[in-house]
Formats: sequence, structure tokens, C-alpha cells
Amino acid sequence: MTQSFRLENVGLINRDKKLSFKFNGKIYYGYEGDTLASALIANGIHLIGRSFKYHRPRGFFGAGVDEPYAIVQLYRNGETEPNTKATEQELFEGLEATSINCWPSVNFDVGAINNFLKIFLPAGFYYKTFMWPKSFWYKVYEPLIRKAAGLGVASTKHDKERYEHKYEYCDLLIAGSGPSGLASAYAAAKNGARVILAEDKARFGGTLITSEVNIGNQSGKEWAEGIIAELKEMPNVTIKNRSQVFGYYDHNMLVMSERISDHLPKTKKFHPKQRLWYIRAKEVLISTGSIERPIVFGNNDTPGVMLSSAAKEYLKVYGVLVGRNPLIFTNNDSGYETAIEFKKNGVDSIILDTRKDPQSEIVNEAKNLGIDIKFSYVVVAAQGYKKVKSADIAKISDDKEQLGAIKNIKCDCICVSGFWTPTIHLASQSGNKIKFNEDIDAFVPGRSKQNEKTLGAANGIYTLEETLENSFETGHELSKKITNNDNKISLPKVIEKKSTTHDKFWCVPLPRGKNYKRFLDFQNDVAVSDVEIALKEGYRSIEHVKRYTTLGMATDQGKTSNLNGLQLVSSIENKIVPEVGHTTFRPPYTPVTIGAIVGREVGKHSRPTRKSPIHSWHEKNNAVFVDAGVWLRPRYYKRGNETLFEGSKREARNVRKNVGVCDVTTLGKIDIKGPDAAELLNRVYTNAWLKLPVGKARYGVMLREDGIVMDDGTTTRISENHYHMTTTTAQAANVLSHLEYYLQLVWSELNVNVVSTTEQWAGAAIAGPRSRDLLKELFPKCDVSNEGLPFMGYMEGDLFGVKARIFRISFSGELAYEINVESDNANFMWKKIIEVGEKFKIQPYGTEALSTLRIEMGHVAGSELDGRTIPYDNSLEGLVSNKKDFIGKRSLNREAFISSDRQKVVGVVPLDKKTSIPEGSHLVKDSKAPLPNTKLGYISASCWSVEYDNPFSLAILKDGKNMIGKKLFAMSPLKNKIIPVEIVSSHYVDPKGERVRS
Amino acid sequence: MLHIKCPHCGMRSQNEFSYGGDASVKRPELNKEISDQDWDNFVYYRKSLRGKHWELWQHLSGCRQWIKVERDTATHEIFKTHKASEDIS
Ligand SMILES: [Zn+2]
Repeated sequence: MTQSFRLENVGLINRDKKLSFKFNGKIYYGYEGDTLASALIANGIHLIGRSFKYHRPRGFFGAGVDEPYAIVQLYRNGETEPNTKATEQELFEGLEATSINCWPSVNFDVGAINNFLKIFLPAGFYYKTFMWPKSFWYKVYEPLIRKAAGLGVASTKHDKERYEHKYEYCDLLIAGSGPSGLASAYAAAKNGARVILAEDKARFGGTLITSEVNIGNQSGKEWAEGIIAELKEMPNVTIKNRSQVFGYYDHNMLVMSERISDHLPKTKKFHPKQRLWYIRAKEVLISTGSIERPIVFGNNDTPGVMLSSAAKEYLKVYGVLVGRNPLIFTNNDSGYETAIEFKKNGVDSIILDTRKDPQSEIVNEAKNLGIDIKFSYVVVAAQGYKKVKSADIAKISDDKEQLGAIKNIKCDCICVSGFWTPTIHLASQSGNKIKFNEDIDAFVPGRSKQNEKTLGAANGIYTLEETLENSFETGHELSKKITNNDNKISLPKVIEKKSTTHDKFWCVPLPRGKNYKRFLDFQNDVAVSDVEIALKEGYRSIEHVKRYTTLGMATDQGKTSNLNGLQLVSSIENKIVPEVGHTTFRPPYTPVTIGAIVGREVGKHSRPTRKSPIHSWHEKNNAVFVDAGVWLRPRYYKRGNETLFEGSKREARNVRKNVGVCDVTTLGKIDIKGPDAAELLNRVYTNAWLKLPVGKARYGVMLREDGIVMDDGTTTRISENHYHMTTTTAQAANVLSHLEYYLQLVWSELNVNVVSTTEQWAGAAIAGPRSRDLLKELFPKCDVSNEGLPFMGYMEGDLFGVKARIFRISFSGELAYEINVESDNANFMWKKIIEVGEKFKIQPYGTEALSTLRIEMGHVAGSELDGRTIPYDNSLEGLVSNKKDFIGKRSLNREAFISSDRQKVVGVVPLDKKTSIPEGSHLVKDSKAPLPNTKLGYISASCWSVEYDNPFSLAILKDGKNMIGKKLFAMSPLKNKIIPVEIVSSHYVDPKGERVRS
Repeated sequence: MLHIKCPHCGMRSQNEFSYGGDASVKRPELNKEISDQDWDNFVYYRKSLRGKHWELWQHLSGCRQWIKVERDTATHEIFKTHKASEDIS
């Protein structure tokens, strides 16, 4: 296929590099420097997709970020991306794209029947039709709508591309490299400020690339290229193309997405696809320019109707004609630029100007070139279905109410200019109070909230000279504040032909007897009649009208539709636009890929994985790991084909019978030092700490101020003013913050320091009746007899030349010890324990066996200390001192906490001694009671008791202390189980605690 | 993302800090009689002001110091930051 709409020798594309690409399965050619849109237009393709609601044919409307129509499904290097704007996607060799939103094909679309049945789809259609019956929504309506409408298809595959995040600081961030961006960046950079200049497109220069202006005896384009070349050489300037500043957040932080590889067939090795920049700027200059707005007329969504500036850009940048027989429809001078550009390339156009008698240099130039201009004329309706074939035009009265006789003229495109709308999104996001400017019929930034200034067209200033003057000045002033340098740039001579006034006309009235659809929002198919319905039905707030009609809610976020929507509401309501108000601008300005937002935090990188120093030994010994917070801990060590149930039972039995060893390095450890250390512990824990002797450990429970248990653990007095605190794995960080809070803010008089030593110490618990025999051989020089190292005792020892701490503490309820060594010696310790322990039949055990052991002993842990229970609930009331005050004590006599039937931890055994009770099951009196069945308690933890070889669970049960011996039902609607159970003591094994003291 | 000036470390991004609530709340002294109402006010009742507000933040991924920050809860403007030991005014 030939590029029959491509001009020779025009444009900025690289004609030496021809590229092939596929659209809807067909091969076409374009050039390097094309967008997918310009390449398709060069090939005469104007039918790109179908509209969202009515499935009307869709072509191209713009040439950039504002494009509402031309969104495609893109295929690149085995990946697919939905809703890519063809006007933004740069062409690369082998690019593939397909239409979205048409089934079975773009040329024959079943959904287009909606277009002829549009009575069914007025404003609020979805709300009205699909609300009832509810069950129909998921099964019938939604799949139907999704198939017929819907946008592109998101890939369900893993995204293999890499995305990066970058944090950056600068003096000035300048968003947009048009005249105002370049001028302000140049002035600031010359003054020594650190500048970041961001351009959304591949080419720098904004409108300077396409405007017929003259700056200092150079064309706008040449002047821009000179400035850019100079900026690129300056060490204090970072200049980025393909980079969209899309969000303005608090304290002058802006986020920019840089498309590094999207324009290449394949991401280069070691390169990311996209990079997200978090930029903290001292000052922000918004030079985002403006977007041309459409004029509303009949069938204004027909392919071939497009913005006049887009037609000019396709011509001047890409050397592509959007038509050979163009009709220009304008209310200001901008349309003339496009007409003149056509003329220069030998294409005659007709200009319809809504104005009666405009006076400006450019109008005269057009007249002198012999361009056919019709003043006080409008397009009433476009004709043609898949492409404009002709236009119905008419003269319009001075009051713009009456249409004259309608004539049909041939044309193959209609280039529309309804004047310009400043791109104020970033300013508005920053908290700027935007205001309506009557002169340009659009909102402009008002009072700044943050350090932000808006320049040039984005601020409603449409003359180049004023823009450059302001921008040089602003760049200079702001940078001077920061760098104290004072290098002023003098304004070059500027020549511009067009005037910047416009005719306040935005919507062509319907001719009598005609009912053309006149669209406001091209992507979401919102027509004038839809807004009229919404207002008739009583919607008033513009935010409500927006949601009811979906005006401005598509992926283009109403960049071309918002203002005309406001104009319509204001004219129906007889209000001025500022009274109608505006909808809120929120980030992102343009769609951002999820990949860019997520960055490198994918899979295992989404949070750090913490591993014990003994991890590789566990791996080698067939450990099956489990996530414990951010830690990986062995769950059990698999032998042969053992299941978790079998393996953990074996390990737990071996602890009860011989001896086991468990890696407890993950426990939180906090070193506490200072003369007031004991006093701190006494205030933090519920029990007494002032009299704990050196060389002794004590179990403690700490509360929050509301009386709820926060954490538990043992703390050991290492020396006079030195304590070693342990916390649960999960609460380690919170407990440290908690201690710091009280030491820094509440009791600053206490002379104590706390620091985390979790990573400094590695720990191994050895538990079981033969653990002392093992310990004796590990520490032959230490007296580890029951007298020498009694329960809750502590001593230091020498483990074959390595310094070790030995604690006699137990979580398993067996005779047990915990050995700590410096983390560097962890593997040495572990291997020695395994080696020496062999003759005592030692086996390593994982967290599953650990749970089993603690559950059947009735030791509470995280599943009982779940942020909802007090000491009494956990049978820890014996540890609550009534002699001293401590954190949370005053809360413990709250009415609910002391009620006689207060919940308490109990043991639960199934009557059949066979059926395991699912954790989370509810305990109820009557399993057949009508719903809602009163819940008496819940199963907090379940295990298979290795002592009795039957299931055993812990539960938190109302009036637990009086329920022992009662029969209840454990119900799990999730697992569909009803299990008759008996309530027993939570201390199922060794209720007197003799083993730990043996 | 807020930009908070830690009195010990200087300007840092919000993601280095954790929020700690109203800085004007004073914990009742230990071992002192206190009415239910006063205790409840300390534990539960917070004003949730719109506007200027002294609040606590901890520089968790930095110096680990608790600091006091005067911030406008509506505009996020930060006026002053204090060390834990400094009184708020
Ligand atoms: Zn700090």
C-alpha cells in the first residue's frame, strides 16, 4: 500500500528510514518520526475504531495528548497494551495495533445497531436500565455490555518489562517546552539554577515547531532548536522528552512519567521501559500550553472532522494531508494558519468563519492568497458515515440564532477551531484557585497555593511576544531568588501575524426539523441532548451532570469536551459559566501505566524478604518456608513425601520425646541500658520488674493505653543496668517505637537508651526432655544443672570458643533453653547443636511444630493477642500487678473488662476426637438456631495434639472460666462444618507446668 | 507526599516518617487518681481539627526521634517543627 497522502519534502520525519507496521492485520509503511496516527493518515486510513456507546465510526480528532478517538490495542515485543493513543504512539519497525471496541470488525460492527436504536441509550441509561433485578447485573448485563462496548483488553500475562522510580530535586521544574517553557528554562539556567525541563512529546518546542512566527530573525522552530541545543550542554539543566508531568502533589512534589522504550520495537538490555520521577522542586513553572477546542455541530464526530491545529501539525511535522478537499470551520484566526499551510502545499480549502468582519494580518494574507473565505458561515452538519463526504453549511445571523438557507458542499475533511483552552490541570491539582476568563471563555489559574506559576498559553496569554517577555522575566526572577545571580536575557524581536481574539460562538443551532447528534464528549458519546435530559431530570451540580451523563469521564478526561459541556449547562440554566463551576482536576493528567507506578516493587521486591543467617542450612535440609511477617521461616523440614501434617507431627513428637532445635533468630530483640532501665520496664510491663536479679529472665506482658495486650516476651537482666528484651517477630518494630515514644515524649526524665539488636543476635531454641543433656555437652564448663541454671535463669557460656548467651526459657512447655550468639557465628552454633545433638536424636523443627507445642500447652500467641484481648482474656491476669501503675492499667477497670462473664481463653476438643476444627469457627450453643445465631466465642488456633493424638484448639469464649466441661458446637460456614465440641482447660498438657522446671 | 523538616536531620520526605497523632495530648501522671472522664479523654477523645494542628511524627527511617509538627490539616502546610523536648506554643 502506498502512502498516498504523504507530501514530498515536507515535515520533520526521517525519510531515509522506512518502517513497516500492521494495523488490523494489514501491512502499511511509514517513516521514522511518525506517530501511528500520522502514518495511518498518510496511508489514507481514517477509520480507527468505534465509539463507546453508539459504536459510531471513529477517526482522528487531534494530534496528541488530547485525542479522544484514536485509541488502539498495541502489540509490542510479545506484550499488549490497551487504550494507547495512536496520536501519541511513535511508529517503530514491526509495530502492531488493532482497533478496540468493535466486534466483529471495524468496518462491520454489530454494536452500531445502537446508533439506530439510540432511543435506548440516553443519559443515565446504565443507571436506569441495569439496576434491577440485582442478580442480573453480574450474569446478564455486565458480560453483555463488556462484549459490546468496553475499551481495550488488559493483558493477564506477567509484565516482563522493567520500570524504575527516580527521586530528584531541583530549583525549577518546568513542564512543557513550548515558547514559555523554553524561555523560562533558558533564563533560569543562565542564572545558574538547577532546572528540569520536561516535554511530553518526542520533539521539543511545542507550538514553535508549527507556528509561522519569527523570533530574532529566525523562524520559531530554528529559535527553539538553538535554545534547546544550548540547554542540553548546560550541566545544571536536565532536559527530558517523552516525559509527562502528570501529577502535582503536596509540598511541591510532582510526578513525571518518562517513556524510555515505548517508541522502540524492544526495550534495550538493562534499560527500563518507563521511569517514574518523583521531583521535589523549589519552584514550578507550568508551561503546558493550550488545547484547541471544537465547535459543536451536527454529526461532528464523523471521521474527517478534526481540530484545525491537528491538521496543521500532520502537515508541517509529518508531511501528511488529512484531506485533499478541506473545509475549515473557525471562530478565530487559528483556522487561517491551517488554510494557508494547505495552500502552500497546493491544496485549496474553503474557510467558514463565524465572524462577520475580522481584521488581522493573517486574514488579509489568506485573502491575498485567494483562499475562498465565507464570513458569518457555519457548518450545520457533516455528511458521510465512515468518512466526511460533504458538509451542510449555512449563513448565520448576527445574533447567532438564525440559520440561512442550507447548502451542501463537497469536502473530505472539516478542520475546526473553536479557540483555545489553557491546560490548567497541574495548576489546579496544586490547589490553585482557578478562575474564569471571559475574554477567552476558559478557566485560567488564579491564586497560587504552592510555589507554582503558570506561563503563556496555559495562563491564557496567546500572543508570543507577551509570552516570551513574561517567561524570560519569570525564569530570571525565580532563579535570582535561589542563586542570587542576575544575568538578564533580552527579548528578541518577535513577529506574529494572527490576532488573539475570537468569536464567542461554540455551538451551531439545529436547523428546523433536523435531529442531528451534536457531540460534546467524543470518547464517551455524550451529546447535547444527553446533557439536556440530565438537566430536565433535575441534575444541577456540574459534578452530578458529569457522572450522570459520563461527560468528561473517559480516558481523555474531557480535554476537548469539558468547556463546551459547561457552556451548554450555563446556557440552558441561564447562568454564566463561573456560576456553573467546574469539575475537579485530579492526577494523573494522562493515563499512567500500572507498571510505572509499581516500579521495581514487583513480586518478592514488593517488600524486603528477611532471612535468618541460618537460612541456607534450612534450604539444604528441605525446609518448606512460610512467610512470617517479612521473614521467611522454616515451616517444617520435609522428609521424603511427608505432608505438612505428618512432618510437623513428627517434629513436635520428637520435642516431647527427645530434643528439637528451632531457629528463633526472627524474634525481636531490644537492648535496654541505663540506670533507669528497671523503672522503664516496670512502667511498660504489667508485672513487677524492680527486683529482678542480675542473671534472671522474666516473662512480661505489655499493654496499650486502652488496656489491650500489645505484646509479650521475656526480658533478661544481663548486668546491673543492662537488659535484653525479646518481642514477638511481628511486633518487634512497634514495640521499639512504643518504648521510644515514652522515653522521648512522656518520661524524658528516665535515663535509658533502647536500640534494636534483632539482627545482631542469632537464636536457637533447644527443647525437650533431653535438652539439658545436650546443653551439658555444648557447654562442658558451665553448670547447667537444675540448680546451676534454674527455670528463667541466664548465664554466659563458651560454645567451642564462641561467646554465647544461654537463657532457660520455654515456649514449647518442655524443658528448654535458648542460645544466642552473634549473628556471624549463627551457622557455627547451629551446626554444633545438630552435630552434638545427634546422639540425643535431635531434629530441627519448624513453626508448625512450634505452634502445635504452644497450643496444646495453652500458651497464648499472636492469634490470641490479636489486638482485641486484655490480660484476663488470655489467663494472664496473674501477671497484672495491683501494687504499681503501668501503661494501660487505668483502662483495665472499664466496665466491659471486669464484667463477670468476660471472655477467656479455653481449650476445645471435638467430641469425636477426630475432626479438626477450622480456625475462625464460631462457638454456638445451638447449631440449629435461626440466624443470626448468637456467637459465644471463636476458635483462635488449632492443632493436632501430639500428646493425646487428637485435635485440640484454643478459643476465646464468653464466660470462659465457667464453661469448662460444657458442650457446644463449632460452626464454620466457610468450610461448611458443624462440629460438636467439649470445652476444656486451655492448659491441655502439663497443666501444672512441671516439665519446664524439671 | 509531604516534605517534613526533622529538627535533627533536615528536610525529609514523608515516607521516612510515621504519624503519631495529636501532640497536645498529655499522658496523666502515673500513680495519680484520675476520673473516668479524664482518662477517656486521654485515651479516646481527639478533636480532629480542620486547620492548624500540632501533631507527632516519628522519624522512623532516619534518626528515630519523635518530633512535633505544626501542620494545617486542610492545606497540609507545615509551619513549624520542634524536637520532642521543646514545648509547643
Ligand atoms: Zn531525623
